[in-house]
Amino acid sequence: MSVLPNRPFAIQRRARRMSPPVRRRSPDLAETADRRSPVFFGPLFCVLCLVGFSASADRDARADQVPVAVLQAEQQRIAAVAKTVKAAVAVFANDGQGGGSGVVITPDGYALSNFHVTKPAGDWMQCGMADGELYDAVLVGLDPTGDVALIKLQGREDFPCAELGDSDAVRVGDWCFAAGNPFLLATDFQPTVTYGLVSGVHRYQYPAGTLLEYADCIQTDASINPGNSGGPLFNAAGQLIGINGRGSFEKRGRVNVGVGYAISINQIKNFLGYLRSGRIVDHATLGATVSRDEDGRIVVTDILDTGDAYRRGLRYGDEILSFAGRPITTVNGFKNVLGIFPKGWRVPLSYRREGERRDVLVRLMGVHGTEELLRKAEGALPVEEKPMPKPMPKDEQPGGGGKPKPKPEGEQGKEAPGGQPKPPRVVPLEKVRRQEPTPKHLEKLIVKRPGYANYYFNELNRDRVWNALLAHGDFSSLAGAWKLSGADAAGNQIEIILAGDKVTGRLAIKPVEVDPARDLDSQLGPEGSGGLLVALHLWQRLLRLGPKQFGDVYYLGTVPVPGRPELFDALVATHNVVEARFLFDPATGQLAGMEMFPDAQVDPCEVYFDDYRPVNGRQVPHALLVRHGDNVFAQIKLESVELAAE
Amino acid sequence: MISPLAQNAFRRLLSLKGTALLLACSTAFLPAVSPGVCRAAGGTFIDVVASVQPKMVKIYGAGGLRGLEAYQSGFLISPAGHVLTVWSYVLDTDNVAVTLDDGRKFQAQLVGADPRREIAVLKIDADSLPHFRLSDGVELSVGDRVLAFSNLFGVAAGDEDASVLHGCVSAKTQLAARRGAFETPYDGPVYVVDAMTNNPGSAGGVLTDRQGNLVGILGKELRNALNNTWLNHAIPAAELVTPVDDILAGKTLPRKAGESAKRPDEPWTLARAGLRLVPDVLSRTPPFIDAVAPDSPAARAKLQPDDLILFVNNGVVISYASVVETLSLIDHIDPVRLTVQRGQQLVDVVLEPKE
Repeated sequence: MSVLPNRPFAIQRRARRMSPPVRRRSPDLAETADRRSPVFFGPLFCVLCLVGFSASADRDARADQVPVAVLQAEQQRIAAVAKTVKAAVAVFANDGQGGGSGVVITPDGYALSNFHVTKPAGDWMQCGMADGELYDAVLVGLDPTGDVALIKLQGREDFPCAELGDSDAVRVGDWCFAAGNPFLLATDFQPTVTYGLVSGVHRYQYPAGTLLEYADCIQTDASINPGNSGGPLFNAAGQLIGINGRGSFEKRGRVNVGVGYAISINQIKNFLGYLRSGRIVDHATLGATVSRDEDGRIVVTDILDTGDAYRRGLRYGDEILSFAGRPITTVNGFKNVLGIFPKGWRVPLSYRREGERRDVLVRLMGVHGTEELLRKAEGALPVEEKPMPKPMPKDEQPGGGGKPKPKPEGEQGKEAPGGQPKPPRVVPLEKVRRQEPTPKHLEKLIVKRPGYANYYFNELNRDRVWNALLAHGDFSSLAGAWKLSGADAAGNQIEIILAGDKVTGRLAIKPVEVDPARDLDSQLGPEGSGGLLVALHLWQRLLRLGPKQFGDVYYLGTVPVPGRPELFDALVATHNVVEARFLFDPATGQLAGMEMFPDAQVDPCEVYFDDYRPVNGRQVPHALLVRHGDNVFAQIKLESVELAAE
Repeated sequence: MISPLAQNAFRRLLSLKGTALLLACSTAFLPAVSPGVCRAAGGTFIDVVASVQPKMVKIYGAGGLRGLEAYQSGFLISPAGHVLTVWSYVLDTDNVAVTLDDGRKFQAQLVGADPRREIAVLKIDADSLPHFRLSDGVELSVGDRVLAFSNLFGVAAGDEDASVLHGCVSAKTQLAARRGAFETPYDGPVYVVDAMTNNPGSAGGVLTDRQGNLVGILGKELRNALNNTWLNHAIPAAELVTPVDDILAGKTLPRKAGESAKRPDEPWTLARAGLRLVPDVLSRTPPFIDAVAPDSPAARAKLQPDDLILFVNNGVVISYASVVETLSLIDHIDPVRLTVQRGQQLVDVVLEPKE
């Protein structure tokens, strides 16, 4: 069910229709060669012509002898290019001065680009496509650290879009190709296609300060030039494997030297839900620094005692074995993992201490404080051609939200004695532009709010999630006490009464009470639950009041849930000094669980809801799994649920 | 005037390159195609790349200053840990580190060098290593497709793989034709490649054919001083066999003061030669000539200030100290052969003893 209110806009501008986007390679290469090099005019030109003619004559004579595999490969290449260029986007800043590239990934017009492309363009931009049309687009979400932007093209529900591939399946030696708008030469909106080899995978490219970090990226020798930024990198089958955005140029000026980098599409898949939230999203840190010791092990060299990694038992000197399922053998490999996950996700970590292996699930903390991120994102550009600041690998800073400290000298030396190569100077590809006034027809699609790239899309998704939940039952009229009775796994009788002015619970231990009028973060009973009664109080409050009356509720994005393969929609609701995250099953829209954080630096109370059954025509969970920290606090089976109207 | 000549030379190069493109195209349509070739034509290079990577190494040494990277590339040429790389300032330290493709790290010893071809052989203490055999190097023609492996821009660390670029042989030519335009003493044959294979850190990497067979060693970055273009080139493996054999045979070994070394009673000294070198202030000060005494053997040999001494009697000298040491092993009545680098040229001279 789509609730995205997209109507076609009557603002498509007609552009010149040009020749079809894909042309067969010119058979007369001599023509190409002499056009490139005027020096050939004169005797050399004639020589080349002769050679050229004889070569093509040879080829014609042997056309029937061309191996089938070669012809098939050629046909596949042509087909892949023909299919994919339709989804490529030439992004132009709204004043027509500058821009870059992008790629459409949904039929209703969501498209990926770079932060450094859309940032100068502002809240809206214009996008040319291979059909020769120019579409208006609005900014949706920004990831300044990962250099990713999500925009939404307007005017169609049937945009040609790219199929997302699996960038972890990409291997060095694979063929790939980029489509885009190098040097902004696509005045006819026809994408330029450059073909090449995957030169490296899982590359780590240092950030500038803490922004524009290319972790776990794909390196290619397909030409990536200024203007290609934000455009797609496809595999040979035409699946989207990355977003081009960076090159090692160094001393050869701002043109391709065979070394381009693309943000891996799997990283972007992780961030996509966050980007759709309309927010300016942050990257993650473990709250620990690592380096390589003399035996080549990656060990913890510093750890912040307020982070989740510390609470999960990680300590100074522990050896990191694997992170998010990947074996960790280099510092770069560790940074690669950190770079592909949003702040707040929980990922598996395996470490070893004194020969004993421990496997834990760690909640990643943010790299920046909220204000810090916004300030940096705002000040990130122009970067022009100034040398980048010295790199400061973010996992060197245990302080999530703290100000990053310069890394100690010689830290890199542990990775490569005799002098670690300095990271290449990275030249950002585009320049800064001034803003044009927003046109009338786009105004309602752009809602400015601090912390958001475009708050319009946050409301859109918050309402989408909420409306999907309402289909399972409307609790707004049930303002009376809710009485939940049942038993825990040990057979203890349990009774919880959720009333507006008092929450009481009788569990295995002594009865506990919560007074909702007092600060909730000081009433975290029953002991060991992390605040089960407060969590259920907020659960009831959300169901009763809905996100608009609850207080401050925003759409976070999509997050993983332990033991489940799919990503869940998350709403974040803040009330009376505590914060709760509500997790919604993407398939059913049902509320699958919640996490209640009395404080950012302690373990939340996690409640997972299951065994939904109808009560008075509303779906109500009858199985509650309560977790806190490393422990299961209780598994509760409800035998009866009474929902009083008043 | 040199510049019209060099321009002509460059045109020649370009014309070769143009022809190369045409030939490259036509070779793709040749009927005789083995299964392996078929795979590379229509499929991918994944297997080929995987077979080459274990032979690649990352080299870390001196540098790190403005514009001078402290790293370069190399590849294994023996199971016992001999590494072929380029002779460069990166090796101007006693602390050269080699990282294998599997992430293992070693301190490397300099076995020897051939400054004329700008190559050097390092040795690490390991065995049973996958390697290229120089004698198995294949010769390519213009238009053949190639792969270039290197740690360009130092982008890979630890057990991360070298970068791979693809391209065609644009020309096979003498670098001598470009003398004056390119800053290198090497004047032998090179493959010119149409891909940007010679980036910072690429030198010492390997050029292979599309089956992963050794073709040559990626040369240093060379910029044409006349037109500001860069040359992407590799020295063919066939050019390397003899010099590497010489290096391995110890012919270019830096002389060491062993107990067995018989020192003459009255050896050569810098003063006797009439040489003053740039003061010995580093652990390995490069032996640059600072001044030449009038009417000395050095003056008669027309040595000049700023000449860099590379060889003494065919042995590599890597520092001020090694020049002094090497001279101390030569009796003053014997002539001394010196090879110096003057600008971009190598110059051989003989210091004749005074009558």
